[in-house]
Amino acid sequence: MKALHRMLMATAALALLGLFAFPMWSIWLEAPQYPKGSELGIFVHVDKVEGSRPNDLDNINNLNHYIGMKRIEPDAIPELQYMPMVVIALVGLGLLAAALGRRWVIVVWLMLLVAAGTVGMIDFYQWEYDYGHNLDPHAIIKIDGMSYQPPLIGSKQLLNFTAHSYPSIGFGFIVLAFALGAFVWWSARATVNATERQSP
Amino acid sequence: MSTQTLLRLMVLAVSALIMSCSGNNEAGGGALSGDAASRVYVAPGEKDEFYNFVSGGFSGQLAVYGLPSGRLFRVIPVFSVDPEKGWGYTEETKPMLMTSHGFVPWDDAHHPDMSQTGGVADGKWVFINGNNTPRIARIDLTDFRTKEIIEIPNAAGNHSSPFSTENSEYVVAGTRFSVPIPQEDVSIQQYSEKFKGALSFVKVDPKSGNMNLDFQLLVPGFDYDLARAGKGPSKDWMFMSCYNSEQANTMKEINASQNDKDFIVAINWKKCAELAAAGKGSMMNVDYAHNVYNDETHSASHTMKKQVRVLTADDIKGALFYMPTPKSPHGCDVDPSGELIVGGGKLATVIPVMSFSKMLKAIEGGKVDKMIAGIPVLNYKECLAGEVQRPGLGPLHTEFDGKGFAYTSFFVSSEIVKWSLKDFKVVDRVPTYYSIGHLCIPGGNSTKPWGKYVIAYNKITKDRYLPTGPELTQSAQLFDISGDKMKLLLDFPTIGEPHYAVACPADMIMKNSKKMYQITENKHPYATHKEADTRVERKGNEVHVYMTSIRSHFAPDNIEGVKVGDKVYWHVTNLEQDWDVPHGFAVIGANNSEALIMPGETCTIVWEPKKAGVYPFYCSDFCSALHQEMQGYVRVSNGGSGQLTWNKR
Repeated sequence: MKALHRMLMATAALALLGLFAFPMWSIWLEAPQYPKGSELGIFVHVDKVEGSRPNDLDNINNLNHYIGMKRIEPDAIPELQYMPMVVIALVGLGLLAAALGRRWVIVVWLMLLVAAGTVGMIDFYQWEYDYGHNLDPHAIIKIDGMSYQPPLIGSKQLLNFTAHSYPSIGFGFIVLAFALGAFVWWSARATVNATERQSP
Repeated sequence: MSTQTLLRLMVLAVSALIMSCSGNNEAGGGALSGDAASRVYVAPGEKDEFYNFVSGGFSGQLAVYGLPSGRLFRVIPVFSVDPEKGWGYTEETKPMLMTSHGFVPWDDAHHPDMSQTGGVADGKWVFINGNNTPRIARIDLTDFRTKEIIEIPNAAGNHSSPFSTENSEYVVAGTRFSVPIPQEDVSIQQYSEKFKGALSFVKVDPKSGNMNLDFQLLVPGFDYDLARAGKGPSKDWMFMSCYNSEQANTMKEINASQNDKDFIVAINWKKCAELAAAGKGSMMNVDYAHNVYNDETHSASHTMKKQVRVLTADDIKGALFYMPTPKSPHGCDVDPSGELIVGGGKLATVIPVMSFSKMLKAIEGGKVDKMIAGIPVLNYKECLAGEVQRPGLGPLHTEFDGKGFAYTSFFVSSEIVKWSLKDFKVVDRVPTYYSIGHLCIPGGNSTKPWGKYVIAYNKITKDRYLPTGPELTQSAQLFDISGDKMKLLLDFPTIGEPHYAVACPADMIMKNSKKMYQITENKHPYATHKEADTRVERKGNEVHVYMTSIRSHFAPDNIEGVKVGDKVYWHVTNLEQDWDVPHGFAVIGANNSEALIMPGETCTIVWEPKKAGVYPFYCSDFCSALHQEMQGYVRVSNGGSGQLTWNKR
């Protein structure tokens, strides 16, 4: 494996650190009372859940009491405690792969990355399901058959709100890390072949 | 061609001519040319280009309009109580209306003036005068609220005010009515010997905006009318018009209109301030109120101050002059260059334009006609830059477009006259409907006018609007001045009586506009920061309710143990931290008003129940889907232990 490959692999690993600076996912809530430019936003980071502005999360929680949704309390979400560790571990393993220069380590790293992403998405869905369905029986507004689960990805009308759920900048770093890793894995194979062909 | 056909054609041609003529001539009368509507049309959801702060006159308030649409956004309560906003009724705001005469619930607000930096409007504060009980108020443009009111002692009728200096170092307060200083029980016939005018200089803190009465000049007992600070070369000077140099004390309409010339007072305020700081003059015992609203406690404080430094002509030699000006002047307006001072003699047949540089030369050369009470009267001709001949009848007030033209309002001939600052020739005139007082060009009083519109503020509307009985609306009229000819675009009604007004680009203010108050920064002594802290406390016969409101409930909402004879203080904190979610609080039989509480704010309404029973209270601002349910009860008992109970959350 060439030095360039090792460098790219290290970059792939370090790209994941972007998750500590940018949210992975965003949910924007738009309504007649919260028009474009003033909509409420939730950002999901690896280590925190927060509003797009200082009071957004409180305001969302206050509004959600009308439909009996429980308050979104970031402290009550244990994933926010161990997701950072998973990310750090993946960064470490990625750097190790770069140091070792072994393609199979890269394969393992890519698989773990996909696995972590998949588990993350399933977990995110479950939280959304829980918030959307597990409603206070004494809720002010009750509509038979209505649940308030935001879409995993895409837009959905929930009473007066339209929820837009989409990956955010942090997610781009995961994609970048995967793409770089996969490219190194692929192009390193090419150089190995080239070396093998030249060597005899 | 038969004779009949020829005749028909002629009739057609003549009627076409008539139609086209009427189309041109009635520009002011209703048949506006086609694009006027689109020029003032601000589509739904779009925003106006300018803010226009228009005095409410005898309403005592300040109205906020958008231009070019003429839409009214807000009436800021200043000198008059406003039960809609709880202004002057809540415990927090009552101190704002305190004066040396006690609580004064009304005034007559004439001249808003925006704070300036380097001679340009800066969008920080609007100052406005209270004419009747002499005061100056400061309005904060981040939340459009009155933050400070200072009373002016020794004055009576604060008309020549507030008119800021180039960097808002000072705002001024020249008295409209001269009175005995200090006040004493004398014959009105002793006017000329006993009555004096006080011209006050109120220092403005550049950071906080806080006002401080720095010094007063005691001058002859004329009627001081309007003022304008110099700019650029004349920035250290304040010019103030005055009439009644006859010193009449009765039938002033005749007796104060005899002299061919009255005066523009030229005051080197910088020099006066230095002399005052150096201890010139003397301290006089007076009583005046200084009321300040504190943003952190959301409460006003009222203090009485006891002394003011007064300076007489002898104390400030070389810093105070009278410039003669034809007859009974109103405006004295300084052009953007700072060189020309335009008088507006209500009874004058010309518009006199005085020259600042010539005035300095006249002072240097000792071109003094006479002395009045130790004040040199300069020679009119020596200070004159020129006169606008045959301008119209009753010139009042002038603003500037920054493109070399002045616009003067004429009350008697009911028109705006545009004239050139180069040759003092009239270039255009348009009628106003009817009898314009002041006019306003955005930034038209500054070194940087945004000369797109001129707005006329009219005293009379007669047949312009749907009639509303004997009492009719007063009005504003918007004219396009981007071309050579002024063009009427829009009429819009105003609150009270519009006197002066100021306007500035919307961006300057929009970007700083507060959306809410931070609950974490609320230091009101009776604030409740979270529902868990809500409670009711008794202190003798005072009951203090620490209440919160948030969509869609009050906490607590059931209270028992109040007794007839108790004084109940409802301290309501709006816990919302969301944009545009005020809550109201209203309780049956309250002898004051509602409280209208902005997010993060605490307001207090006092309630003194007179009969035993159970009484409701409710949210009076439609806040949410369950606003109707946002209500509660308080039980009032005859006697009993007075032990308070409430539902805890």
